[in-house]
Amino acid sequence: MRVAVTPDRIVGAVALVFAAIAPAILSAYWVGALLTQVMFLGIVAASLIFLSAYGGMVSLAQVAIYGIAGFVLGNATTTGNTKGMNLGWNPWLGVVVGIAIAVAIGLLFGALASRSVGIYFLMITLTYSVIANLFFGQVTSVSGFGGISGIPTPGIIGSPDAHPNRLYYISFVAALLIYAALRYIVRTPFGLTLQGLRDDPVRMASLGYNVVLHRTIAFGFSSLIAAIGGVLFVWWNAHIDPASIDLTATIDVLVIAVIGGLYRLEGAWLGALFFVIINNYSQRIGFIGPRFHTLIGAIFLVIVLVSPGGLIGLWERAVNLFSGRRRDPLDRTPIELGQAEPSV
Amino acid sequence: MDSSLRQPNPALRRRAHLSAAQLRSLRIAGWALLGLLAVLPVLWVLFIAPTTGKFATTFGSAVHDPKDFLITVVNGVTAAGLYFVVASGFTLIFGLMRVVNMAHGAFFLFGGYVALRLQRNMVGQGSVFGLTSSQVSLTNWIVPALAGTAVIAGMGLVMQQLFLRWNQGQDLRQALITIAISIILADQMLAHFGGVAEDIAWPGSFDRFVNLHVAGIQYTLTRLIILAIAVGIGLLLWVWLKRTRTGMVIRAGVDDRAMVSALGVNIQLTFAIAFIVGSALAGLGGVIGGSFAGLAPGVDANWLLYSLVVVIIGGMGSLGGAAIGALLLGLTSNFSAAYLPAAYTYYSIIFTFVLVAVVLAVRPLGLFGRPA
Repeated sequence: MRVAVTPDRIVGAVALVFAAIAPAILSAYWVGALLTQVMFLGIVAASLIFLSAYGGMVSLAQVAIYGIAGFVLGNATTTGNTKGMNLGWNPWLGVVVGIAIAVAIGLLFGALASRSVGIYFLMITLTYSVIANLFFGQVTSVSGFGGISGIPTPGIIGSPDAHPNRLYYISFVAALLIYAALRYIVRTPFGLTLQGLRDDPVRMASLGYNVVLHRTIAFGFSSLIAAIGGVLFVWWNAHIDPASIDLTATIDVLVIAVIGGLYRLEGAWLGALFFVIINNYSQRIGFIGPRFHTLIGAIFLVIVLVSPGGLIGLWERAVNLFSGRRRDPLDRTPIELGQAEPSV
Repeated sequence: MDSSLRQPNPALRRRAHLSAAQLRSLRIAGWALLGLLAVLPVLWVLFIAPTTGKFATTFGSAVHDPKDFLITVVNGVTAAGLYFVVASGFTLIFGLMRVVNMAHGAFFLFGGYVALRLQRNMVGQGSVFGLTSSQVSLTNWIVPALAGTAVIAGMGLVMQQLFLRWNQGQDLRQALITIAISIILADQMLAHFGGVAEDIAWPGSFDRFVNLHVAGIQYTLTRLIILAIAVGIGLLLWVWLKRTRTGMVIRAGVDDRAMVSALGVNIQLTFAIAFIVGSALAGLGGVIGGSFAGLAPGVDANWLLYSLVVVIIGGMGSLGGAAIGALLLGLTSNFSAAYLPAAYTYYSIIFTFVLVAVVLAVRPLGLFGRPA
């Protein structure tokens, strides 16, 4: 079988090779501090883009799920924190339990929100996110304000400070596997059904598909991905506190997804790369200094106003311009479409 | 649209080998569970809550301690007043324009800060710890309150005209635009007003206790004033929406924007008015909330949450729904904080989630929500 050579594939291949050899050519700071962060933020953003691009659901609960996995992992594996449960389990057991609980809560969230779409879904999932943040801030038996510190990584990964490349490669492989899994899922009958529900829930319901059940399962699946991102975050950071999942963090992931492009999975990591680099280097620009969020808010505003397809959308427009194709005026991004009223 | 949900799904039934009768009993069991969820807390508060033992509560049951029960009720209702002021602005904008103003919390906080700074300047003798109410006259509270309200009203108008007007009908894009603005506002407020919690001082004449003449309760006057303002605003909104021409156009616009516009009504003007009023309510809420509970970074998220919860419970775009939603939220949060066993009161936030969950499970569009 011949694989067609398209600009997308060339860029994708170059990016993959670059990511694979990054530790050999970049400094330990870039790999350990920046690119690892790009990988797990991209994973969380990908869980959001999967829901929005294929399910028509823009969720703001992904960071809450990521935090739940992280807090459970922290509670399960640490000892000696003043707050929290200090269970001191094996790190792998903590990972399994953390992800399982996060997915279970994700399924509950999904079941409750799945009868709504569009901005209703956005609002309902935002309440989950803020409530999760307040919960971990108030309930001192699992976290409290200071959060959980000294969360260990499994022995094979070791300390991210001593061995930044190990955690980087783990995150890179996780991101690759998740990307492949998502690309596969959307081609399965389940994925096709999901896209049908996105486009016309009423017709799908009358064809006998259970709309709420499919949406709930999709939400549960995206929770699994977000939870993996949460585990990687906690390994990288060794600490999690309620501020890790506050409204700012919730919106940061939305910003990453929108800047990358809400309708293509690749946009998640592109947006994360952009976000992390701006976050890291904007402080050196004199008039911006510590006002990173003003800058990223302004960029976000410009993207939403000018290019609702995000950076991926700009790229596609450039490719089309170069190859002489015109953008189909009917081919609009999810952001531009007026969302349907809640329907089932 | 609801009926298709209520019908048992034939495919599901086949797969699960359930008869119609079994499905019906499942449904009854579900309702019974929900009923239990609603009735149990009421029984707990009224009769069960103990004062000793492992599950000791602060006050004990209502039968045991009616005075503190009554205080909790009034606390809940007065808190609901403030929730209503903030959420009614949110629901007004949403109902007419389908705009989810995610900057509502940031507007709240900014209105509070404007009033705070103006008050400090007017009084001019604040210490590092802020003002005490004895230093503040009635004018020194009302003028900042009006200024904060007016600034936010103008801000809302500018945001609507500059960014939202030409994106009408693109719900998600408009929500994202307001999110972008809230990010910028929150960061700028952190830069200019700092990260320390501050509060607006009540005027000295407000800051005292009054005798309610019920069970000898001495109650804070400020909370009663909040409730009075909320009731006043509710009445004004009601008269405005039901008795004036603008209100009539707004109500018609909620039902069918295109038709109202086709009838020659200047719907853009109506949109602008609704946005001014809705934003002004956020600003006023911020002044009252800043006097009542204080202003700090992060407070905007809390008030956005309260607005969202109120309109999700009450049904989006419905003023009466906002009142009921505010009441349910105020009572739930106050009762869960007061009547959970003392060792577990920090779990009270869960009850806010349970409230949202129960309402969404029974009525996905909220108690008074209608499909648009």
